[in-house]
Amino acid sequence: MNNLWGDSLSGFWSAWIIVITLGSIGIAFWLLYANRKTDKTPDAEGNVDTTGHAADGIEEYDNPLPRWWFQLYVGTVIFALGYLVLYPGLGNFAGVLGWSQEGQWEEEVARAEERFTPIFAQYEEVPIPELAQDAEAMQVAERIYLNNCAVCHGSGAQGGYGFPNLTDDEWLYGGEPENILATLNNGRNGLMPSWQQLGQENIENVTQHVLALSGNEHDAERAESGAATFASVCAACHMPDGTGNQALGAPNLTNDIWLYQQPGQSVADSVRQTLRNGRNGHMPAQAAYIGEERVHLVAAYVYSLRDQD
Amino acid sequence: MRHEIVEKNVGLLAVLILVVISFGGLAEVVPLFFQKQTTQPVEGLEPLSALELEGRDIYRREGCVGCHSQMVRPFRAETERYGHYSVAGESVYDHNFLWGSKRTGPDLARVGGRYSDDWHRAHMYNPRDVVPESVMPAYPWLFENTLDGEATPKKMRALRALGVPYTDEQIENATGEVRGEQEITALIAYLQQLGTVLKGN
Repeated sequence: MNNLWGDSLSGFWSAWIIVITLGSIGIAFWLLYANRKTDKTPDAEGNVDTTGHAADGIEEYDNPLPRWWFQLYVGTVIFALGYLVLYPGLGNFAGVLGWSQEGQWEEEVARAEERFTPIFAQYEEVPIPELAQDAEAMQVAERIYLNNCAVCHGSGAQGGYGFPNLTDDEWLYGGEPENILATLNNGRNGLMPSWQQLGQENIENVTQHVLALSGNEHDAERAESGAATFASVCAACHMPDGTGNQALGAPNLTNDIWLYQQPGQSVADSVRQTLRNGRNGHMPAQAAYIGEERVHLVAAYVYSLRDQD
Repeated sequence: MRHEIVEKNVGLLAVLILVVISFGGLAEVVPLFFQKQTTQPVEGLEPLSALELEGRDIYRREGCVGCHSQMVRPFRAETERYGHYSVAGESVYDHNFLWGSKRTGPDLARVGGRYSDDWHRAHMYNPRDVVPESVMPAYPWLFENTLDGEATPKKMRALRALGVPYTDEQIENATGEVRGEQEITALIAYLQQLGTVLKGN
């Protein structure tokens, strides 16, 4: 990442800024200095000239600024000049302290990396099942989870409509440490095509068949006639017995867990909707955002959440 | 006693005040128009597509900028949460800028790709469905309204006049690309490209 901040001004614009900045300070100071005293010599009768402003017969002397006030002004001028010497402000002049916004950020990041990298490196060497037992590591992991994952999967990790529950032991893409790592690092793209072309009748039959597979209330006759379509169309991904295929992320249809069942919606309606419109679940890849060391920790956290009974 | 000339002529006073203030602008603003880092797009920056552009206008219409900034500042706490700090070159095609200045919600400068389209749909329909503690308003009408694309080519031509390199072909196809799309689709298209040009460190 070069030249995001680095490109400097041309000589002309640098000079332009310097002249205007110093010129303004100079003029302000001249104005201030020229008015520091007023003419208060009394005339022959001992009267002093006033500003001519009068209210109820009281006239206003033409007094200069109070001294303390004047000195405050002088102080601001000195501060301004000091600042311009120390910090970048005058065109391309970087200031004698060499401070820059980017430099300060890099320093902050370097300091944090020095402190945190060894901790994460240490955790990364621990195998995930073991790391999942480490209470302290899991506290760190929970923070990372809450900041990055809870937005979709919920702070309690129970998921929601379209977002898988992480606290049961049912997995779309497998629940072994390496599966969880792959999901987190590279993301997942679920693809259930729309089967509108099967026609209303077939969709209804397949729906009843799927309800039968999961032990839900169903129309036995229709379920029977849906079997052939299921075998020729659905079984390729969901397997002939409907238990799904974790290599493809094809869900198990026999466990009565419905990712796309809206609150209040019947299972049958949810299955019908899925068959008609298809589904495209998408889990964004996280390695690019939080880095592989943190992914390792979060993977252990997700592993620790699963229902182990 | 020449104070009086200035103090008793409001018009003259106003002109002189403008002159004094303009010195600040001359030094701080004018050189930016001639500086590479503010006028050159970062590598890979493309103008918004027709659909994204309509999405941007919905973002403006709904006042998203009132609660969401689009400006990751160069502090570790921010780059840790949002990604690389924002640079001027990412915004050269933006007219007007939607950097914002208030964060009731999170910064969105790098929200592109962070969440799935489905998540955005669920979230925009009712934020509480996915983030129970959210205070964001719901935007259900974005799911009902569709775009007709009548004004899209005009908007693109106006932006081209301001220096955004739209091609004739893009402008010609603009109406067709957005006609009939739901507003939510356009808004999500806009959100999903935010900050995706500059990735990583």
